[in-house]
Amino acid sequence: MPAKPQRDPVLLSRRALLQRAALAGLIVTPAGSLLAACAGSPTSSNTTTGSKTPDNPFGVADGSKVDVIVFNGGLGDEYPKFDNTLFAAKHGKVTVNLSSTQKIKTEQQPRFSTTPADLINNSGADSMALDALINDGALADLGPLLDAPSWDDPNVKVRDTLLPGTVDDGTYNGKFYVMNYAYTVFGIWYNQVLFDKNGWTPPKTFDEFFALAPKIKAQNIAPFAFAGKYPYYMRWAIMSWIWKSGGRSAVVDIDNLKPGAWKTDGVMAALNATEKLVKDGLTLTGSATLSHTESQQAWLDGKAAFLPVGTWLENEMKSTIPAGYQMKISNFWGVSSADKAPNAVYAGSGEGWIVPKKGANSAGGMEFLRAMLSKSGAAKFASLTHSLTSTKGSGDNVTDSTALTSANGLMKSAGELVSFKFPDWYGDLDKASQNAIGELMAGRMTAATFANTMQAAADKVAGDSSIKKQTRT
Amino acid sequence: MRHGKTRFVVGFLALPLALYVWYVVWPFAQSIGYSFTDWGGYSDEQHYIGFANYVRLFNDELIRIAFWHNVFFLITVPLITIGLALFFAFLLNVGGRGNRAGIRGVWGSGVYKIIFFFPQVLSLVLIAVMWQAIYRGDDQGLLNGLLIKTGLVDKDHPLGFVADPTPFLGVPAVLWWILFIAVWGGVGFYLVLFSAAMQAIPKDIYEAALLDGASRFTSFFRVTLPLLRDTVSIAWVYLGFIALDMYALVFVMTPSQGGPNHASEIFASVLNFTAFNSSRSGRYGYACAMGVALGIFTMILAALQLRITRRERLEF
Repeated sequence: MPAKPQRDPVLLSRRALLQRAALAGLIVTPAGSLLAACAGSPTSSNTTTGSKTPDNPFGVADGSKVDVIVFNGGLGDEYPKFDNTLFAAKHGKVTVNLSSTQKIKTEQQPRFSTTPADLINNSGADSMALDALINDGALADLGPLLDAPSWDDPNVKVRDTLLPGTVDDGTYNGKFYVMNYAYTVFGIWYNQVLFDKNGWTPPKTFDEFFALAPKIKAQNIAPFAFAGKYPYYMRWAIMSWIWKSGGRSAVVDIDNLKPGAWKTDGVMAALNATEKLVKDGLTLTGSATLSHTESQQAWLDGKAAFLPVGTWLENEMKSTIPAGYQMKISNFWGVSSADKAPNAVYAGSGEGWIVPKKGANSAGGMEFLRAMLSKSGAAKFASLTHSLTSTKGSGDNVTDSTALTSANGLMKSAGELVSFKFPDWYGDLDKASQNAIGELMAGRMTAATFANTMQAAADKVAGDSSIKKQTRT
Repeated sequence: MRHGKTRFVVGFLALPLALYVWYVVWPFAQSIGYSFTDWGGYSDEQHYIGFANYVRLFNDELIRIAFWHNVFFLITVPLITIGLALFFAFLLNVGGRGNRAGIRGVWGSGVYKIIFFFPQVLSLVLIAVMWQAIYRGDDQGLLNGLLIKTGLVDKDHPLGFVADPTPFLGVPAVLWWILFIAVWGGVGFYLVLFSAAMQAIPKDIYEAALLDGASRFTSFFRVTLPLLRDTVSIAWVYLGFIALDMYALVFVMTPSQGGPNHASEIFASVLNFTAFNSSRSGRYGYACAMGVALGIFTMILAALQLRITRRERLEF
């Protein structure tokens, strides 16, 4: 598990904005680090606890109250109400006060150093800066939650009911502080109805795709659409292709600015396949100039067969999805049968929940989280929001969203998780890669030139002593 | 009474002036201060590094590209906007002749004035968003759709517009397409400005010229233009400021804000990236140096412009 790197807090939040604005259809924005000013000396939790049992692992005291603050954003505030009924069934003598707002920082930050709530959904444009909260020691370590028995089965720890990456995403400086509840999967979308009608099966590798593409073109449909105006959309795809083709080490070397990392065989195989995709005219005409919503609508209009984007797609386009359209996500293709990591999936968690250290009832806050992570809590969230939760199998019983069902299925077959850090770590490489991907996808740059360009940019960053370097394993 | 008047004026001006100094002048001064430091923008740590940021500015390849792109706008935007605005203003005010006596504009000039002025009512970002639909790079785009329907453009090779870096006359196509929007959006205002100035020219001057047998062409170049000298000169300075900015159009419309691949990079887009996204330390101080350099450049240009065109004012 890669250690969470030290990053420039505001820089990170700002860049993350673009990607997370999309993540789960929510907007996570930078918040000023005003908190630093009002953080009192961190004291230990002043929770009153009852006795700890497997059914009450944190010892929530009877007669106590739990203050829960819900962010009422893209995912709504209905789902915690259901979790509250689960909680009440187990702890009838504990009162839960649910309140929802969009002004998390405005309302919670002034209370934080004295009387914070017990559980906060720190999300949205007005959320609190995590780095500041963590550095000031204001958050409770949620490690005990991970090691507590799960809600449904006392023999299984909560940790083992979570989707891969969730623990990593919430870990800062080696401690688990943030329980990210929603889960986003990235991949390549297709319309099942169209594929059934023509007897096509979604490819697993570029080789299979290149075999299928002529049949798609024969139907006057472009095989592949993408959001060319924002090249980071294609970066998700290209980095996943590189990971699958060259294995984890190919991407880790790129992130670590290793000399020649962009020119290895694994990377070149993925880049050559990308070049062929463009050079063979398999992309939707004009895709290189389209915004994300324009390309998504073109795909919904049946102009293209495949589209690479994340699971927020259904929510983002819900007002214009044609009747009888069955959107499904498939894993990013590998390159060929020689791939080193054919089952790697690009996915991650978001929509963080935190327990303040100074809350009057931290045990109650954690216990409520445990209820949220239960099977029925997760299933309710999935059916209400059509998004996956970080609990495994949350989409198992949802029948009215092919998008969610396919994402759920994809996570079941997932091997390792794809992750790449260089755009977050180095703004210069973020820009350089977006420019190069734009050129590659517009057909103005070859795979070889792309590799040279990126290598030169990476070498330049590596050689610039004024840039703080990060590493991962 | 004189003393009371002064107190009256000061009383009214003190508050706005204080606000202006605090919110406009003081931040300017601060930027100049920061431009001599290696401040990163997010900490309270900064060191004085003298002119190092300015030296770096002259060796920055990206800044050089951006500089020439701004120079392109600096030449084209005022030239084309003022040319068109003068032409239209002339037609709308004195261009119509017909067979009746007197000086008037072409038929329906009142309506044209409103139409030409219309873009001025919209915010620049709104204009950019609207033009995205017009410039869209597939057959759904307004222009591409028309061109493909009429067979002027091959449906497999629609125009890229703001995503097209191909050089035209040595300048990337994307800049020409952005120039078009800037001119379209700017002409209306200067048309109205010049119209007002033209209406202030006494009609008998034109009538005298007419009696002497002057054509429209002659009356424009020999009568109108010389009498509009001051107005045109001011317009040129304003448009120069706009040409050195152009940030909104580039930021909203071009791929990766200044792309494709730096083809539409301008001073402001490089400055924005440097201040907020660059991975180098000391980026904020460097970005401030860019801003200060741009400010100095703008002031020199404005001063030169007003100096060159200064002449004896004609009273009528």
